Amino acid sequence: MTLIYPVASNSAHPARLSPAYRSSIKRTPSKPLIPIRHTLSELTGPVYGHETVRKHDNDLTIQSKGEPLGERIIVHGYILDEDGRAVPNTLVELWQANACGRYIHVVDQHPAPLDPNFTGAGRTQSDAAGYYKFITIKPGAYPWGNHHNAWRPAHIHFSVFGHSFISRLVTQMYFPGDPLFPFDPIFNSVTDGKARARMISSFDLENTEPEWALCYRFDIVLRGRNATPMESK
Amino acid sequence: MSKPRPDGITPSQTVGPYFKYGLTPNGEYAWNDAFTSNLLTSDTSGERIRVEGTVYDGDGDVIADCILEIWQADAQGHFSDPQDAHAPPNSPFNGFGRCDTDKSGGYVFDTIKPGVVPDADGKPQAPHILLAVFARGMLLHLYTRIYFDDEAANTSDSVLALVSSDRRATLIAKRKAGTNNVYTFDVHLQGDNETVFFDV
Ligand SMILES: [Fe+2]
Repeated sequence: MTLIYPVASNSAHPARLSPAYRSSIKRTPSKPLIPIRHTLSELTGPVYGHETVRKHDNDLTIQSKGEPLGERIIVHGYILDEDGRAVPNTLVELWQANACGRYIHVVDQHPAPLDPNFTGAGRTQSDAAGYYKFITIKPGAYPWGNHHNAWRPAHIHFSVFGHSFISRLVTQMYFPGDPLFPFDPIFNSVTDGKARARMISSFDLENTEPEWALCYRFDIVLRGRNATPMESK
Repeated sequence: MSKPRPDGITPSQTVGPYFKYGLTPNGEYAWNDAFTSNLLTSDTSGERIRVEGTVYDGDGDVIADCILEIWQADAQGHFSDPQDAHAPPNSPFNGFGRCDTDKSGGYVFDTIKPGVVPDADGKPQAPHILLAVFARGMLLHLYTRIYFDDEAANTSDSVLALVSSDRRATLIAKRKAGTNNVYTFDVHLQGDNETVFFDV
């Protein structure tokens, strides 16, 4: 099946220059991007062998000798294209802060404790139906230096590939009802409310496991449409 | 569990400053790398090259928390993807690489010079590598192309032809003096030497 990648779909993305997010000011091109017609270079993308993902890489709670502290959660959903078709066998990577809002990264100096039993990195591959699942710890909010009293809403960083190099997506998954939403320039860099809502996971009681872990549902929609749609009117 | 009917794509958000332990740990964290910056295997055919450079912001300062990804054809101009009908199965060359910048904003990819791939009209393009740039401060990654200064086909490439002549050099990796297989390709996100980025 041949997919096409309408550039108009990119309007859901943030404006590259979002001055409220200070770091964007010197890291955004000042000249317009040049539109090109997609060639095979843009329309193809990497395929992974089974060696890329190991069996338990999607469970961030069993990577160390002991169990990490915090609220154990399940994060799952489908990777889909714009027509709602499954994106099978695609790589999904995630990284996140621990329950206290501290990253293991050496540059993170937030005075909250590190958890010796939590690295915060995981990966998996979507199955034939586009389904993926992680087990992890709910990350905490953390402060950053963008403006006075700036705090990031709790989030999990996601990296997904899809069918082509131009369906590549790096994003952040948020949690429903976070009181920090109105104050976060990164979240609000997406100006369309419906598009913003697609970055927020939903609480999934049906798949919450009794006596064990709450579940959040996060579906990810990548670029890509069928070149020959069924409806022809 | 039912699949939703999408009302649009999931928006991009910045990769942020803390991706290293998840995406490019390189032995510094308790996690393994899914990808490296060395695309070569012992049985990769083609001209072995190194592409290296530095990433700069609009003040001309180096960007030490950048992540770069490349995607390219093999030496025969085939992509390691079944969507390329010409691709040989089980090609030993995967065509994808990932590298973060070091403290000096530098990166290095070891790969092969890609072969010729058709453009949207089926005409040959000059050899090129696609480059995606991610960093803190970038809410959405940028795409550019790496061409090579020793390829005569650059003059007839349909994508390069869209770029004004005064900016075309930003897309062309220069062979490093005294070497025959090391190319330099710097990335300037903004400013006088701003790299040409493509709206794809
Ligand atoms: Fe973060």
